[in-house]
Amino acid sequence: MPGITREEVAHLGRLSRLELKDEELDHFAEQLDVIIGAVARVSEVAGEDVPPTSHALPLTNVMRPDEVRPSLTAAEALSGAPAQEQQRFKVPQILGED
Amino acid sequence: MTDLTRLTAAETADVVATGKASAVEVAQAHLDRIGAVDEKVHAFLHVDTEGALDAARAVDERRAKGEKLGPLAGVPLALKDIFTTKGIPTTVGSKILDGWIPPYDATVTKRLKDAGIVILGKTNMDEFAMGSSTENSAYGPTGNPWDLTRIPGGSGGGSSAALASYQAPLAIGTDTGGSIRQPAAVTGTVGVKPTYGGVSRYGMVAFSSSLDQGGPCARTVLDAALLHEAIAGHDPLDSTSIDAPVPAVVEAARNGNVKGMRIGVVKEFGGEGYQAGVMQRFNESVELLRELGAEIVEISCPSFKLALPAYYLIAPSEASSNLARFDAMRYGLRVGDDGTKSAEEVTALTREAGFGDEVKRRIILGTYALSSGYYDAYYGSAQKVRTLISRDFEAAFGTVDVLVSPTTPTTAFPIGERVDDPMAMYLADLCTIPSNLAGNAAMSVPCGLAPEDGLPVGLQIIAPAMADDRLYRVGAAVEAAFTGRWGHPLLEEAPAL
Repeated sequence: MPGITREEVAHLGRLSRLELKDEELDHFAEQLDVIIGAVARVSEVAGEDVPPTSHALPLTNVMRPDEVRPSLTAAEALSGAPAQEQQRFKVPQILGED
Repeated sequence: MTDLTRLTAAETADVVATGKASAVEVAQAHLDRIGAVDEKVHAFLHVDTEGALDAARAVDERRAKGEKLGPLAGVPLALKDIFTTKGIPTTVGSKILDGWIPPYDATVTKRLKDAGIVILGKTNMDEFAMGSSTENSAYGPTGNPWDLTRIPGGSGGGSSAALASYQAPLAIGTDTGGSIRQPAAVTGTVGVKPTYGGVSRYGMVAFSSSLDQGGPCARTVLDAALLHEAIAGHDPLDSTSIDAPVPAVVEAARNGNVKGMRIGVVKEFGGEGYQAGVMQRFNESVELLRELGAEIVEISCPSFKLALPAYYLIAPSEASSNLARFDAMRYGLRVGDDGTKSAEEVTALTREAGFGDEVKRRIILGTYALSSGYYDAYYGSAQKVRTLISRDFEAAFGTVDVLVSPTTPTTAFPIGERVDDPMAMYLADLCTIPSNLAGNAAMSVPCGLAPEDGLPVGLQIIAPAMADDRLYRVGAAVEAAFTGRWGHPLLEEAPAL
Protein backbone atom coordinates (compact mmCIF):
# COMPACT_ATOMS: atom_id res chain seq x y z
CA MET A 1 0.00 0.00 0.00
CA PRO A 2 1.31 3.46 -0.88
CA GLY A 3 1.83 5.98 1.90
CA ILE A 4 0.55 9.51 1.83
CA THR A 5 2.62 12.50 0.76
CA ARG A 6 2.59 16.11 1.87
CA GLU A 7 1.22 17.09 -1.56
CA GLU A 8 -1.65 14.62 -1.24
CA VAL A 9 -2.55 16.04 2.18
CA ALA A 10 -2.56 19.53 0.66
CA HIS A 11 -4.86 18.32 -2.10
CA LEU A 12 -7.19 16.57 0.37
CA GLY A 13 -7.20 19.73 2.48
CA ARG A 14 -8.43 21.72 -0.53
CA LEU A 15 -11.10 19.11 -1.29
CA SER A 16 -12.32 19.25 2.30
CA ARG A 17 -12.22 23.06 2.49
CA LEU A 18 -9.50 23.27 5.10
CA GLU A 19 -6.97 26.09 4.67
CA LEU A 20 -4.14 24.01 6.16
CA LYS A 21 -0.96 25.74 7.32
CA ASP A 22 2.49 24.58 6.19
CA GLU A 23 3.42 23.09 9.55
CA GLU A 24 0.11 21.22 9.62
CA LEU A 25 0.85 19.67 6.24
CA ASP A 26 4.11 18.22 7.58
CA HIS A 27 2.54 17.08 10.83
CA PHE A 28 -0.58 15.52 9.29
CA ALA A 29 1.32 13.84 6.44
CA GLU A 30 3.53 12.08 8.95
CA GLN A 31 0.64 11.01 11.21
CA LEU A 32 -1.73 10.03 8.41
CA ASP A 33 1.01 7.92 6.85
CA VAL A 34 1.17 5.87 10.06
CA ILE A 35 -2.63 5.65 10.36
CA ILE A 36 -3.13 4.65 6.73
CA GLY A 37 -0.37 2.06 7.09
CA ALA A 38 -2.29 0.56 10.01
CA VAL A 39 -5.79 0.63 8.53
CA ALA A 40 -4.69 -0.70 5.13
CA ARG A 41 -4.98 -4.18 6.65
CA VAL A 42 -8.67 -4.15 5.72
CA SER A 43 -7.61 -4.84 2.14
CA GLU A 44 -6.77 -8.38 3.28
CA VAL A 45 -10.43 -9.08 2.53
CA ALA A 46 -10.52 -7.01 -0.69
CA GLY A 47 -10.74 -9.97 -3.02
CA GLU A 48 -13.14 -11.96 -0.90
CA ASP A 49 -16.65 -12.57 -2.10
CA VAL A 50 -18.35 -10.76 0.78
CA PRO A 51 -21.18 -8.27 0.36
CA PRO A 52 -20.42 -4.84 1.84
CA THR A 53 -22.41 -3.56 4.82
CA SER A 54 -23.05 0.18 4.88
CA HIS A 55 -25.42 0.07 7.80
CA ALA A 56 -26.22 -2.28 10.68
CA LEU A 57 -29.97 -1.99 10.16
CA PRO A 58 -31.90 -2.88 7.03
CA LEU A 59 -32.85 0.65 6.00
CA THR A 60 -36.12 1.56 4.38
CA ASN A 61 -37.30 4.98 3.36
CA VAL A 62 -39.52 6.59 5.97
CA MET A 63 -42.32 8.74 4.62
CA ARG A 64 -44.80 11.00 6.33
CA PRO A 65 -47.94 12.74 5.03
CA ASP A 66 -47.11 16.07 3.36
CA GLU A 67 -48.97 18.25 5.84
CA VAL A 68 -48.32 21.68 7.26
CA ARG A 69 -47.05 21.39 10.82
CA PRO A 70 -45.31 23.66 13.32
CA SER A 71 -41.70 24.50 12.48
CA LEU A 72 -39.05 27.07 13.32
CA THR A 73 -39.94 30.69 12.61
CA ALA A 74 -37.68 32.64 10.28
CA ALA A 75 -36.22 34.46 13.27
CA GLU A 76 -35.46 31.16 15.04
CA ALA A 77 -33.93 29.64 11.92
CA LEU A 78 -31.74 32.73 11.50
CA SER A 79 -30.85 32.98 15.18
CA GLY A 80 -27.42 31.39 14.70
CA ALA A 81 -26.60 33.07 11.40
CA PRO A 82 -23.19 34.79 11.25
CA ALA A 83 -24.86 37.52 9.17
CA GLN A 84 -28.41 38.12 7.98
CA GLU A 85 -30.38 40.59 5.93
CA GLN A 86 -34.10 40.83 5.13
CA GLN A 87 -34.89 37.48 6.78
CA ARG A 88 -32.20 35.73 4.79
CA PHE A 89 -28.74 34.28 5.46
CA LYS A 90 -26.20 36.81 4.25
CA VAL A 91 -23.17 35.09 2.73
CA PRO A 92 -19.91 36.24 1.12
CA GLN A 93 -19.69 36.45 -2.66
CA ILE A 94 -20.49 33.12 -4.33
CA LEU A 95 -20.15 33.97 -8.04
CA GLY A 96 -17.32 35.82 -9.81
CA GLU A 97 -17.52 39.49 -10.83
CA ASP A 98 -18.31 38.83 -14.49
CA MET B 1 -29.68 14.91 56.61
CA THR B 2 -27.84 12.53 54.30
CA ASP B 3 -25.76 14.01 51.52
CA LEU B 4 -28.20 14.17 48.60
CA THR B 5 -25.38 13.91 46.06
CA ARG B 6 -24.43 10.43 47.31
CA LEU B 7 -27.82 8.86 46.54
CA THR B 8 -28.48 6.72 43.50
CA ALA B 9 -30.97 8.05 40.96
CA ALA B 10 -33.59 5.54 42.12
CA GLU B 11 -33.12 6.64 45.74
CA THR B 12 -33.23 10.31 44.73
CA ALA B 13 -36.52 9.83 42.89
CA ASP B 14 -37.92 8.11 45.97
CA VAL B 15 -36.74 10.91 48.27
CA VAL B 16 -38.48 13.46 46.03
CA ALA B 17 -41.66 11.41 45.56
CA THR B 18 -42.06 10.83 49.30
CA GLY B 19 -41.26 14.43 50.17
CA LYS B 20 -38.15 13.70 52.25
CA ALA B 21 -36.46 16.39 50.18
CA SER B 22 -37.77 18.67 47.47
CA ALA B 23 -36.52 18.50 43.89
CA VAL B 24 -35.20 22.03 44.40
CA GLU B 25 -33.15 20.89 47.40
CA VAL B 26 -31.79 17.98 45.37
CA ALA B 27 -30.90 20.26 42.46
CA GLN B 28 -29.31 22.84 44.75
CA ALA B 29 -27.20 20.18 46.48
CA HIS B 30 -25.80 19.13 43.10
CA LEU B 31 -25.26 22.72 41.94
CA ASP B 32 -23.34 23.31 45.19
CA ARG B 33 -21.28 20.20 44.57
CA ILE B 34 -20.51 21.42 41.04
CA GLY B 35 -19.48 24.77 42.51
CA ALA B 36 -17.21 23.03 45.00
CA VAL B 37 -15.39 20.51 42.80
CA ASP B 38 -15.81 21.24 39.11
CA GLU B 39 -13.03 23.79 39.00
CA LYS B 40 -10.74 20.79 39.59
CA VAL B 41 -12.60 18.19 37.50
CA HIS B 42 -13.90 20.33 34.59
CA ALA B 43 -16.75 17.96 33.76
CA PHE B 44 -19.11 20.75 32.68
CA LEU B 45 -18.82 23.19 29.79
CA HIS B 46 -22.00 24.98 30.79
CA VAL B 47 -23.98 24.86 34.02
CA ASP B 48 -27.61 25.90 33.67
CA THR B 49 -28.34 26.94 37.26
CA GLU B 50 -31.58 28.77 36.54
CA GLY B 51 -32.94 26.16 34.16
CA ALA B 52 -32.18 23.36 36.62
CA LEU B 53 -33.88 25.12 39.51
CA ASP B 54 -36.89 25.99 37.33
CA ALA B 55 -37.24 22.35 36.23
CA ALA B 56 -36.94 21.19 39.83
CA ARG B 57 -39.52 23.71 40.97
CA ALA B 58 -41.94 22.42 38.32
CA VAL B 59 -41.53 18.87 39.68
CA ASP B 60 -42.21 20.08 43.22
CA GLU B 61 -45.32 21.93 42.03
CA ARG B 62 -46.64 18.86 40.23
CA ARG B 63 -46.09 16.80 43.36
CA ALA B 64 -47.86 19.43 45.50
CA LYS B 65 -50.86 19.15 43.18
CA GLY B 66 -50.90 15.41 43.72
CA GLU B 67 -49.87 14.55 40.17
CA LYS B 68 -48.23 11.20 39.60
CA LEU B 69 -44.51 11.67 38.92
CA GLY B 70 -42.36 9.56 36.61
CA PRO B 71 -39.75 7.14 38.00
CA LEU B 72 -36.93 9.70 37.62
CA ALA B 73 -38.81 12.94 38.33
CA GLY B 74 -36.61 15.43 40.15
CA VAL B 75 -33.37 13.53 39.51
CA PRO B 76 -30.49 15.71 38.24
CA LEU B 77 -28.61 14.79 35.07
CA ALA B 78 -25.48 15.88 33.20
CA LEU B 79 -26.07 16.05 29.43
CA LYS B 80 -23.26 15.54 26.93
CA ASP B 81 -22.77 18.71 24.93
CA ILE B 82 -23.59 16.93 21.68
CA PHE B 83 -27.39 17.08 22.19
CA THR B 84 -29.13 20.29 21.20
CA THR B 85 -30.81 22.19 24.01
CA LYS B 86 -33.17 25.02 23.13
CA GLY B 87 -31.83 28.29 24.50
CA ILE B 88 -28.73 26.65 26.06
CA PRO B 89 -25.31 26.64 24.33
CA THR B 90 -24.32 23.47 22.47
CA THR B 91 -20.68 23.32 21.37
CA VAL B 92 -19.88 19.63 20.71
CA GLY B 93 -16.54 20.51 22.29
CA SER B 94 -15.67 22.57 19.20
CA LYS B 95 -14.73 26.20 18.60
CA ILE B 96 -16.73 26.08 15.38
CA LEU B 97 -19.94 26.08 17.46
CA ASP B 98 -18.69 28.40 20.21
CA GLY B 99 -21.62 30.54 21.31
CA TRP B 100 -24.23 28.70 19.24
CA ILE B 101 -27.63 28.59 20.94
CA PRO B 102 -29.80 25.93 19.27
CA PRO B 103 -33.39 26.92 18.48
CA TYR B 104 -34.69 23.41 19.21
CA ASP B 105 -34.36 20.46 21.59
CA ALA B 106 -32.99 17.06 20.61
CA THR B 107 -35.49 14.22 21.10
CA VAL B 108 -33.35 12.95 23.99
CA THR B 109 -33.42 16.41 25.60
CA LYS B 110 -37.19 16.59 25.17
CA ARG B 111 -37.73 13.13 26.69
CA LEU B 112 -35.54 13.99 29.67
CA LYS B 113 -37.58 17.13 30.29
CA ASP B 114 -40.86 15.24 29.84
CA ALA B 115 -39.70 12.72 32.46
CA GLY B 116 -39.15 15.51 34.97
CA ILE B 117 -35.39 14.92 34.93
CA VAL B 118 -33.46 18.04 35.93
CA ILE B 119 -30.74 18.94 33.42
CA LEU B 120 -27.87 20.53 35.37
CA GLY B 121 -25.78 21.46 32.35
CA LYS B 122 -23.74 20.28 29.39
CA THR B 123 -20.67 18.10 29.74
CA ASN B 124 -17.23 18.24 28.20
CA MET B 125 -16.29 15.92 25.35
CA ASP B 126 -13.72 15.31 22.66
CA GLU B 127 -14.50 17.64 19.78
CA PHE B 128 -17.32 16.11 17.70
CA ALA B 129 -16.97 12.98 19.86
CA MET B 130 -13.68 12.13 18.15
CA GLY B 131 -11.37 10.79 20.80
CA SER B 132 -10.91 8.50 23.78
CA SER B 133 -9.66 10.93 26.42
CA THR B 134 -11.64 14.23 26.23
CA GLU B 135 -8.28 15.90 25.55
CA ASN B 136 -9.53 16.82 22.07
CA SER B 137 -12.06 19.25 23.56
CA ALA B 138 -11.45 22.80 22.38
CA TYR B 139 -12.27 23.87 25.94
CA GLY B 140 -9.55 21.97 27.79
CA PRO B 141 -9.35 18.47 29.27
CA THR B 142 -11.39 16.87 32.07
CA GLY B 143 -9.73 15.12 35.00
CA ASN B 144 -10.54 11.59 36.12
CA PRO B 145 -11.94 11.86 39.68
CA TRP B 146 -9.84 8.82 40.65
CA ASP B 147 -6.68 10.71 39.71
CA LEU B 148 -7.03 14.19 38.26
CA THR B 149 -3.81 13.84 36.26
CA ARG B 150 -5.39 11.02 34.25
CA ILE B 151 -7.99 10.97 31.49
CA PRO B 152 -11.68 10.26 32.29
CA GLY B 153 -12.09 8.43 29.00
CA GLY B 154 -13.66 9.84 25.90
CA SER B 155 -15.36 11.10 24.08
CA GLY B 156 -17.87 11.34 26.95
CA GLY B 157 -15.31 12.12 29.66
CA GLY B 158 -17.32 15.01 31.08
CA SER B 159 -20.34 12.77 31.66
CA SER B 160 -18.32 9.96 33.29
CA ALA B 161 -16.34 12.39 35.46
CA ALA B 162 -19.56 14.14 36.60
CA LEU B 163 -20.91 10.78 37.80
CA ALA B 164 -17.70 9.65 39.48
CA SER B 165 -17.34 12.97 41.34
CA TYR B 166 -20.98 12.98 42.55
CA GLN B 167 -21.86 16.07 40.54
CA ALA B 168 -24.82 14.19 39.04
CA PRO B 169 -26.33 10.72 39.57
CA LEU B 170 -27.24 10.38 35.90
CA ALA B 171 -25.63 11.40 32.63
CA ILE B 172 -26.15 10.95 28.92
CA GLY B 173 -23.42 9.92 26.51
CA THR B 174 -23.06 8.93 22.88
CA ASP B 175 -21.15 5.92 21.65
CA THR B 176 -19.73 5.75 18.12
CA GLY B 177 -16.78 3.47 18.90
CA GLY B 178 -16.91 3.23 22.69
CA SER B 179 -17.48 6.80 23.90
CA ILE B 180 -19.99 5.70 26.57
CA ARG B 181 -18.41 2.39 27.62
CA GLN B 182 -14.73 3.33 27.74
CA PRO B 183 -15.31 6.43 29.95
CA ALA B 184 -17.52 4.29 32.21
CA ALA B 185 -14.79 1.65 32.50
CA VAL B 186 -11.99 4.06 33.44
CA THR B 187 -14.09 5.95 36.01
CA GLY B 188 -15.74 2.98 37.75
CA THR B 189 -19.22 3.83 36.50
CA VAL B 190 -21.86 2.11 34.35
CA GLY B 191 -22.39 2.96 30.68
CA VAL B 192 -24.65 1.42 28.06
CA LYS B 193 -24.62 1.61 24.28
CA PRO B 194 -28.16 0.56 23.36
CA THR B 195 -28.92 -1.32 20.16
CA TYR B 196 -28.38 0.99 17.18
CA GLY B 197 -31.68 2.75 16.54
CA GLY B 198 -32.85 2.27 20.13
CA VAL B 199 -32.41 5.92 21.11
CA SER B 200 -33.25 8.74 18.71
CA ARG B 201 -30.41 10.61 17.01
CA TYR B 202 -32.61 13.65 16.24
CA GLY B 203 -30.78 16.71 17.55
CA MET B 204 -27.63 14.73 18.32
CA VAL B 205 -24.82 16.33 16.33
CA ALA B 206 -23.73 13.72 13.79
CA PHE B 207 -20.22 12.26 13.72
CA SER B 208 -20.64 8.88 11.99
CA SER B 209 -24.33 8.34 11.41
CA SER B 210 -24.31 4.58 10.89
CA LEU B 211 -22.45 4.10 14.20
CA ASP B 212 -23.57 6.95 16.53
CA GLN B 213 -25.84 5.89 19.39
CA GLY B 214 -26.93 7.84 22.45
CA GLY B 215 -27.30 6.02 25.74
CA PRO B 216 -27.45 6.12 29.55
CA CYS B 217 -24.60 6.60 32.03
CA ALA B 218 -25.04 6.12 35.78
CA ARG B 219 -23.40 4.84 38.96
CA THR B 220 -25.61 1.73 39.17
CA VAL B 221 -27.08 -0.73 36.69
CA LEU B 222 -30.65 -0.02 37.84
CA ASP B 223 -30.18 3.74 37.41
CA ALA B 224 -28.87 3.17 33.88
CA ALA B 225 -31.94 1.03 33.13
CA LEU B 226 -34.36 3.67 34.44
CA LEU B 227 -32.66 6.29 32.27
CA HIS B 228 -32.57 3.92 29.29
CA GLU B 229 -36.33 3.52 29.50
CA ALA B 230 -36.83 7.29 29.77
CA ILE B 231 -34.95 8.09 26.55
CA ALA B 232 -35.47 5.02 24.33
CA GLY B 233 -38.24 4.24 21.89
CA HIS B 234 -39.36 5.06 18.39
CA ASP B 235 -39.03 8.60 17.11
CA PRO B 236 -40.57 9.57 13.78
CA LEU B 237 -37.97 12.35 13.50
CA ASP B 238 -35.13 9.80 13.13
CA SER B 239 -35.50 7.56 10.08
CA THR B 240 -33.16 4.95 11.62
CA SER B 241 -35.12 4.77 14.87
CA ILE B 242 -36.41 1.25 15.57
CA ASP B 243 -40.21 1.02 15.52
CA ALA B 244 -40.57 -1.73 18.14
CA PRO B 245 -41.14 -1.89 21.90
CA VAL B 246 -38.15 -1.01 24.11
CA PRO B 247 -36.68 -4.16 25.71
CA ALA B 248 -37.73 -4.53 29.38
CA VAL B 249 -34.47 -3.19 30.77
CA VAL B 250 -35.73 -2.02 34.18
CA GLU B 251 -37.36 -5.35 34.92
CA ALA B 252 -34.10 -7.06 33.93
CA ALA B 253 -32.04 -4.73 36.14
CA ARG B 254 -34.28 -5.58 39.09
CA ASN B 255 -33.83 -9.31 38.43
CA GLY B 256 -30.09 -9.76 37.98
CA ASN B 257 -29.42 -13.44 37.46
CA VAL B 258 -27.13 -15.45 35.22
CA LYS B 259 -28.11 -18.93 36.33
CA GLY B 260 -28.30 -21.21 33.30
CA MET B 261 -27.10 -18.51 30.90
CA ARG B 262 -24.44 -19.33 28.35
CA ILE B 263 -21.78 -16.63 28.38
CA GLY B 264 -19.06 -16.41 25.74
CA VAL B 265 -15.53 -15.16 26.36
CA VAL B 266 -14.14 -13.60 23.20
CA LYS B 267 -10.78 -15.25 22.63
CA GLU B 268 -9.42 -12.39 20.50
CA PHE B 269 -9.69 -9.81 23.31
CA GLY B 270 -6.53 -10.29 25.35
CA GLY B 271 -2.83 -10.85 25.02
CA GLU B 272 -0.36 -8.25 23.78
CA GLY B 273 -1.32 -4.66 24.66
CA TYR B 274 -3.62 -5.68 27.51
CA GLN B 275 -2.63 -4.55 31.01
CA ALA B 276 -2.02 -7.46 33.41
CA GLY B 277 -4.29 -6.03 36.12
CA VAL B 278 -7.10 -5.52 33.62
CA MET B 279 -6.89 -9.16 32.53
CA GLN B 280 -6.71 -10.29 36.16
CA ARG B 281 -9.94 -8.48 37.06
CA PHE B 282 -11.57 -9.69 33.85
CA ASN B 283 -10.65 -13.32 34.55
CA GLU B 284 -12.02 -12.96 38.09
CA SER B 285 -15.28 -11.64 36.59
CA VAL B 286 -15.54 -14.69 34.36
CA GLU B 287 -14.92 -16.92 37.39
CA LEU B 288 -17.62 -15.01 39.27
CA LEU B 289 -20.12 -15.55 36.45
CA ARG B 290 -19.33 -19.25 36.59
CA GLU B 291 -19.89 -19.29 40.37
CA LEU B 292 -23.20 -17.50 39.84
CA GLY B 293 -24.36 -20.37 37.67
CA ALA B 294 -23.49 -19.32 34.13
CA GLU B 295 -21.94 -21.70 31.66
CA ILE B 296 -18.73 -20.18 30.27
CA VAL B 297 -17.84 -20.88 26.64
CA GLU B 298 -14.79 -19.68 24.75
CA ILE B 299 -15.78 -18.03 21.48
CA SER B 300 -13.59 -17.11 18.54
CA CYS B 301 -14.44 -14.04 16.47
CA PRO B 302 -11.55 -14.00 13.98
CA SER B 303 -12.71 -10.88 12.09
CA PHE B 304 -12.54 -8.72 15.21
CA LYS B 305 -8.84 -8.18 14.56
CA LEU B 306 -9.85 -6.05 11.57
CA ALA B 307 -12.51 -4.06 13.46
CA LEU B 308 -10.23 -1.20 14.48
CA PRO B 309 -8.83 -0.64 10.94
CA ALA B 310 -12.35 -0.86 9.47
CA TYR B 311 -13.68 1.60 12.02
CA TYR B 312 -10.94 4.13 11.30
CA LEU B 313 -11.97 4.11 7.65
CA ILE B 314 -15.76 4.03 8.04
CA ALA B 315 -16.09 6.61 10.84
CA PRO B 316 -13.79 9.22 9.24
CA SER B 317 -15.49 8.67 5.86
CA GLU B 318 -18.91 9.39 7.31
CA ALA B 319 -17.49 12.27 9.37
CA SER B 320 -15.91 13.93 6.35
CA SER B 321 -19.36 14.03 4.78
CA ASN B 322 -21.32 14.95 7.93
CA LEU B 323 -19.01 17.79 8.89
CA ALA B 324 -19.36 19.42 5.47
CA ARG B 325 -22.36 21.21 6.96
CA PHE B 326 -20.04 23.44 8.97
CA ASP B 327 -19.57 25.90 6.13
CA ALA B 328 -19.77 29.25 8.01
CA MET B 329 -22.95 30.23 6.18
CA ARG B 330 -25.97 29.45 8.34
CA TYR B 331 -24.78 29.02 11.92
CA GLY B 332 -21.61 28.76 13.95
CA LEU B 333 -18.27 30.45 13.46
CA ARG B 334 -17.41 32.63 10.44
CA VAL B 335 -13.82 33.76 9.96
CA GLY B 336 -12.19 36.04 7.35
CA ASP B 337 -15.33 37.62 5.88
CA ASP B 338 -13.74 41.01 5.16
CA GLY B 339 -15.65 41.72 1.97
CA THR B 340 -12.79 40.67 -0.33
CA LYS B 341 -13.06 36.89 0.00
CA SER B 342 -15.38 34.44 -1.70
CA ALA B 343 -17.77 32.21 0.24
CA GLU B 344 -15.52 29.26 -0.52
CA GLU B 345 -12.45 31.02 0.90
CA VAL B 346 -14.39 32.02 4.01
CA THR B 347 -15.54 28.41 4.45
CA ALA B 348 -11.95 27.11 4.27
CA LEU B 349 -10.61 29.77 6.64
CA THR B 350 -13.43 29.13 9.11
CA ARG B 351 -12.98 25.36 9.12
CA GLU B 352 -9.22 25.78 9.52
CA ALA B 353 -9.75 28.06 12.53
CA GLY B 354 -12.75 26.25 14.01
CA PHE B 355 -11.73 22.57 13.88
CA GLY B 356 -9.05 21.00 16.08
CA ASP B 357 -6.31 18.63 14.96
CA GLU B 358 -8.14 15.32 15.44
CA VAL B 359 -11.20 16.54 13.54
CA LYS B 360 -9.00 17.74 10.67
CA ARG B 361 -7.09 14.45 10.64
CA ARG B 362 -10.31 12.48 10.37
CA ILE B 363 -11.82 14.72 7.70
CA ILE B 364 -8.66 14.32 5.61
CA LEU B 365 -8.52 10.57 6.25
CA GLY B 366 -12.19 10.16 5.31
CA THR B 367 -11.79 12.25 2.18
CA TYR B 368 -8.80 10.08 1.25
CA ALA B 369 -10.64 6.79 1.88
CA LEU B 370 -13.57 7.93 -0.27
CA SER B 371 -11.50 9.24 -3.18
CA SER B 372 -11.90 7.43 -6.46
CA GLY B 373 -8.55 5.64 -6.65
CA TYR B 374 -8.71 4.36 -3.10
CA TYR B 375 -12.41 3.74 -2.49
CA ASP B 376 -12.42 0.00 -3.18
CA ALA B 377 -9.22 -0.74 -1.27
CA TYR B 378 -10.21 1.28 1.79
CA TYR B 379 -13.88 2.15 2.26
CA GLY B 380 -15.11 -0.80 0.19
CA SER B 381 -12.93 -3.29 2.08
CA ALA B 382 -13.93 -1.77 5.43
CA GLN B 383 -17.57 -2.40 4.54
CA LYS B 384 -16.75 -6.03 3.80
CA VAL B 385 -15.04 -6.31 7.18
CA ARG B 386 -18.23 -4.93 8.70
CA THR B 387 -20.15 -7.82 7.16
CA LEU B 388 -17.62 -10.35 8.50
CA ILE B 389 -17.84 -8.88 12.01
CA SER B 390 -21.63 -9.10 11.96
CA ARG B 391 -21.31 -12.73 10.86
CA ASP B 392 -18.91 -13.46 13.74
CA PHE B 393 -21.46 -12.01 16.17
CA GLU B 394 -24.30 -13.98 14.57
CA ALA B 395 -22.36 -17.21 14.89
CA ALA B 396 -21.46 -16.40 18.50
CA PHE B 397 -25.01 -15.55 19.50
CA GLY B 398 -26.13 -18.80 17.95
CA THR B 399 -24.20 -20.47 20.76
CA VAL B 400 -24.26 -18.04 23.70
CA ASP B 401 -26.66 -15.51 25.24
CA VAL B 402 -24.11 -12.74 25.79
CA LEU B 403 -20.40 -12.16 25.23
CA VAL B 404 -18.00 -10.67 27.77
CA SER B 405 -14.59 -8.98 27.49
CA PRO B 406 -12.58 -6.26 29.18
CA THR B 407 -14.10 -2.91 28.15
CA THR B 408 -10.68 -1.36 27.55
CA PRO B 409 -7.20 -2.86 27.25
CA THR B 410 -5.79 -0.55 29.96
CA THR B 411 -6.89 1.62 32.87
CA ALA B 412 -6.97 5.43 32.59
CA PHE B 413 -3.72 6.74 31.12
CA PRO B 414 -2.07 10.06 32.09
CA ILE B 415 -3.32 13.24 30.41
CA GLY B 416 -0.91 14.08 27.61
CA GLU B 417 0.50 10.57 27.18
CA ARG B 418 -1.15 9.74 23.85
CA VAL B 419 -2.12 13.12 22.35
CA ASP B 420 0.69 13.08 19.80
CA ASP B 421 0.23 9.43 18.90
CA PRO B 422 -3.21 8.97 17.29
CA MET B 423 -2.75 5.22 16.77
CA ALA B 424 -2.01 4.67 20.47
CA MET B 425 -5.12 6.68 21.33
CA TYR B 426 -7.25 4.63 18.92
CA LEU B 427 -6.28 1.39 20.70
CA ALA B 428 -8.39 2.41 23.71
CA ASP B 429 -11.46 1.39 21.68
CA LEU B 430 -10.18 -2.01 20.58
CA CYS B 431 -12.86 -4.02 22.43
CA THR B 432 -15.78 -1.63 22.05
CA ILE B 433 -15.73 -0.97 18.29
CA PRO B 434 -17.12 -4.32 17.02
CA SER B 435 -20.52 -3.63 18.65
CA ASN B 436 -20.81 -0.29 16.87
CA LEU B 437 -19.99 -1.87 13.52
CA ALA B 438 -22.60 -4.60 14.07
CA GLY B 439 -25.17 -2.33 15.77
CA ASN B 440 -25.76 -4.57 18.79
CA ALA B 441 -26.05 -3.61 22.47
CA ALA B 442 -23.22 -3.42 25.01
CA MET B 443 -22.56 -2.30 28.58
CA SER B 444 -19.58 -1.59 30.79
CA VAL B 445 -19.92 -2.38 34.50
CA PRO B 446 -17.19 -1.94 37.16
CA CYS B 447 -15.30 -5.14 38.04
CA GLY B 448 -12.60 -3.92 40.41
CA LEU B 449 -9.38 -1.96 40.57
CA ALA B 450 -6.22 -2.99 38.73
CA PRO B 451 -3.71 -4.02 41.43
CA GLU B 452 -0.75 -2.24 39.84
CA ASP B 453 -2.30 1.26 39.72
CA GLY B 454 -5.47 1.11 41.84
CA LEU B 455 -7.60 2.37 38.94
CA PRO B 456 -11.03 1.06 37.84
CA VAL B 457 -11.48 -1.76 35.35
CA GLY B 458 -14.66 -2.32 33.35
CA LEU B 459 -16.30 -5.57 32.31
CA GLN B 460 -17.95 -5.34 28.89
CA ILE B 461 -21.13 -7.33 28.27
CA ILE B 462 -22.40 -7.61 24.68
CA ALA B 463 -25.91 -8.75 23.70
CA PRO B 464 -27.60 -9.24 20.34
CA ALA B 465 -29.50 -6.33 18.79
CA MET B 466 -32.82 -5.68 20.57
CA ALA B 467 -31.77 -7.88 23.51
CA ASP B 468 -30.58 -4.92 25.60
CA ASP B 469 -32.40 -6.42 28.60
CA ARG B 470 -29.78 -9.19 28.77
CA LEU B 471 -27.08 -6.60 29.47
CA TYR B 472 -29.00 -5.42 32.51
CA ARG B 473 -29.77 -8.94 33.74
CA VAL B 474 -26.08 -9.89 33.64
CA GLY B 475 -24.82 -6.45 34.71
CA ALA B 476 -27.08 -6.36 37.76
CA ALA B 477 -25.95 -9.86 38.81
CA VAL B 478 -22.27 -8.89 38.47
CA GLU B 479 -22.82 -5.61 40.31
CA ALA B 480 -24.67 -7.26 43.20
CA ALA B 481 -22.06 -10.00 43.60
CA PHE B 482 -19.07 -7.66 43.45
CA THR B 483 -20.65 -5.05 45.73
CA GLY B 484 -21.36 -7.83 48.21
CA ARG B 485 -17.77 -9.06 47.99
CA TRP B 486 -16.28 -5.55 48.34
CA GLY B 487 -18.78 -4.53 51.03
CA HIS B 488 -19.59 -1.28 49.19
CA PRO B 489 -19.86 0.17 45.67
CA LEU B 490 -16.47 0.48 43.93
CA LEU B 491 -16.77 4.24 43.64
CA GLU B 492 -16.55 4.61 47.43
CA GLU B 493 -12.86 3.76 47.10
CA ALA B 494 -12.22 6.85 44.99
CA PRO B 495 -10.24 9.53 46.83
CA ALA B 496 -12.09 12.59 48.14
CA LEU B 497 -11.71 15.62 45.88
